[in-house]
Amino acid sequence: MQQPPNSSRRQFLGLAGGAAVLGIIPIVTVRPAEATPAMLASAIQTVTGGAAVRTGKVKLEIPPLVENGNTVPMTVSVNHPMAPEDHVRSIHVFNEKNPQANIANFHLGPHNGRAQVSTRIRLADSQKIVAIAKLSDGTFWSASVDVVVTLAACTEDVI
Amino acid sequence: MASALINVPAKAKRGDIIEIKTLMSHIMETGYRHMASGELVPRDIITSFTCRFNGSEIFRTDLFPAIAANPFITFFTTATESGKFEFEWIGDRGFSETASASITVE
Repeated sequence: MQQPPNSSRRQFLGLAGGAAVLGIIPIVTVRPAEATPAMLASAIQTVTGGAAVRTGKVKLEIPPLVENGNTVPMTVSVNHPMAPEDHVRSIHVFNEKNPQANIANFHLGPHNGRAQVSTRIRLADSQKIVAIAKLSDGTFWSASVDVVVTLAACTEDVI
Repeated sequence: MASALINVPAKAKRGDIIEIKTLMSHIMETGYRHMASGELVPRDIITSFTCRFNGSEIFRTDLFPAIAANPFITFFTTATESGKFEFEWIGDRGFSETASASITVE
């Protein structure tokens, strides 16, 4: 049989494949600095002013597995009345690994009736998303979701 | 040019909680991407979205580069009286657009 030619072809393909993989790696690693968990913490600190943030009340809906990080639907709702004397004042959304830790700040009031907002966001990597709600009594409530992103956004080069 | 899509119910009952959906066409250039020459593409995003009803602010959003292109924002409000919603988007490089929608409350 023709074993030798076949195996050399296989070797060649293996080498070519390996070279292609090696060629891709530098593109993946050349990225602007990412936000770090420390930047996330300091962005949250800016909003809360050091006040304690409790888990609960907030619901952060975002797909757990995202194919395209360029546009990711996100809905944040807060299970809290919207009465003039007791309401949600604002909702803040943060990320862990985009170049910038902030995603958006939503300013609400009693006239909103329901503390729920939706938008579409960009995610540069698989990471944790944090939503924090500020209530009119000055307390902060949060929810966080881990998202896996297969195609990253924000940092790809312009051709 | 920039254009807005607004979805507000034309009619509502007094006390109803209604959803308002808005979309503004905009590139939302993050300022973190590089051109082939290695230069950074300057940031060009919408930084602020405001909704006023009959002149008073009812909803405001601060936007960051992490908001996807063509910012889509939805929120709720209680229908209290007939009137006009005014929407305003402000951004980098002097970007400023407005739109409005009327509602009849019975």
